[in-house]
Amino acid sequence: MATHEVTFPVTDPAEIMKLRAGDEVIVQGHIIGIRDRTQIRIFDQGVEPPMDLTGAFLLHTAPNVRKIGPGRYEKMCIGTTTSARMVRFTEPLGEQYSVRAICGKGGFPDEAIEPMQRLGMVYFAIVGGAAALETTQIEEIEEVAWEELMPECLWKFRVKDFGPLTVGIDAHGNSLYRDVQDRARQKLEDIYARLS
Amino acid sequence: MSVVATDLAGAVEDAAAHLYVWALKDIPQDLRDALAAAAGTETSVTGQRVLQTILRNVNVAEEEKNLVCQDTGIAVYYCRVGEGFPLHPARIYESLRIGTERATVEHPLRSNTVHTLTRENTGPNVGYRVPIVHWDFVPDWDGLDVKCVPKGSGSENMSFLKMCVPADGVTGIKKFVLESIVGAGGKPCPPGIVGVGIGGSADYAMHLAKEAIARPVGTHNPDPLVAELEGELYDLLNETGIGPMGLGGDVTVLSVHIEHADTHMTLNPVAVNYQCWAARRASAHVAADGTIEFERDA
Repeated sequence: MATHEVTFPVTDPAEIMKLRAGDEVIVQGHIIGIRDRTQIRIFDQGVEPPMDLTGAFLLHTAPNVRKIGPGRYEKMCIGTTTSARMVRFTEPLGEQYSVRAICGKGGFPDEAIEPMQRLGMVYFAIVGGAAALETTQIEEIEEVAWEELMPECLWKFRVKDFGPLTVGIDAHGNSLYRDVQDRARQKLEDIYARLS
Repeated sequence: MSVVATDLAGAVEDAAAHLYVWALKDIPQDLRDALAAAAGTETSVTGQRVLQTILRNVNVAEEEKNLVCQDTGIAVYYCRVGEGFPLHPARIYESLRIGTERATVEHPLRSNTVHTLTRENTGPNVGYRVPIVHWDFVPDWDGLDVKCVPKGSGSENMSFLKMCVPADGVTGIKKFVLESIVGAGGKPCPPGIVGVGIGGSADYAMHLAKEAIARPVGTHNPDPLVAELEGELYDLLNETGIGPMGLGGDVTVLSVHIEHADTHMTLNPVAVNYQCWAARRASAHVAADGTIEFERDA
């Protein structure tokens, strides 16, 4: 298992292809905060996002913030939400907007593996609940769009040493979540045999 | 009389406002110990990465006086009201509601509460029937115990109920708990506390499961039969290899807590309510004269 540093947004697809499930990743640059209602607006209501998502790293988040001026917010506590609820947006995010990385907690179900492989995308696992630490790695909230969806707006954060993240699903068809589930299901068979 | 009532209402309000924020920032010692012990036994690389990050996070929250987790949860309170406590539960509820609102506005905390159909935000973590308050009434006593358990949605979404039949027996209960936790995978932020409610009725089993997650780690059900089942399920769940954040590893759960009730001869309900590793809870005792004593580890 290797350790990588990747700066987002990425322009070179090789930056994504070098990552393998289980690898540790530290992220620099800019990341985009997005959540359920943001993606419902983009894909179910057909509203174009007012931010460029090309090569982007999306973070599943709805931050605690304090308003400091018109369209300006200061971070209070920024953490990450459960990704599985938003898995159906993976393919259109990659296909229509060239998103390269999605980061959240708890993983994506297996239906994300094929589109991520086909479109050259990765899923990063963050440690859910570790928001105090995550907040220190976000330097600034640079931009916010769709404030009326607060806190489920579209956020642009500048980050430094964001992580450690684990590659949960890579662009080569590997998923830690699928592997863990397969092994656990086998284990359950053994346990059930013992119980009866 | 009314002066006493007003002061007490204010005391309960202050207690609630403090408890909500405190629970979110300073997780109890039993949980810190359990997380440290987990880091001591975990052998997988990803599991260690997760647990070390969790321990770092708990310290950063303390240093920065920040919330441990961004999910400020849905406000849940457990109240034990003495029969002699001079404030009626209707007023206690009102104070808990105002206290929750105050904490949310003053800190400020993220507001999570929405109308369940329109999904529109209903305001500072209060709404119709929110906060959620559970009541217990105690004879021959004039105090009030309040426990605040802000419940995050990642773990609450991993709640499961099965109406097993009597012929499924205890094996059916065990299989359902195992199936639920394996199925939940990394979504509820493992390793956490598995709350199991058995017996009663469908709704009461889930109520018991929720009550179980609010117990300190390391406590056991007073009924030895039930306590034995807690221990067995703990061992079995940690055999599954789900691991920290579902990325694989040895430590899947920190603790299994079971609460039970007697049930109908044809019922065998089992409910699972998960509590994430950031198992927030904080308690206060309000005396009849309005004095508040806070207790983090209760």
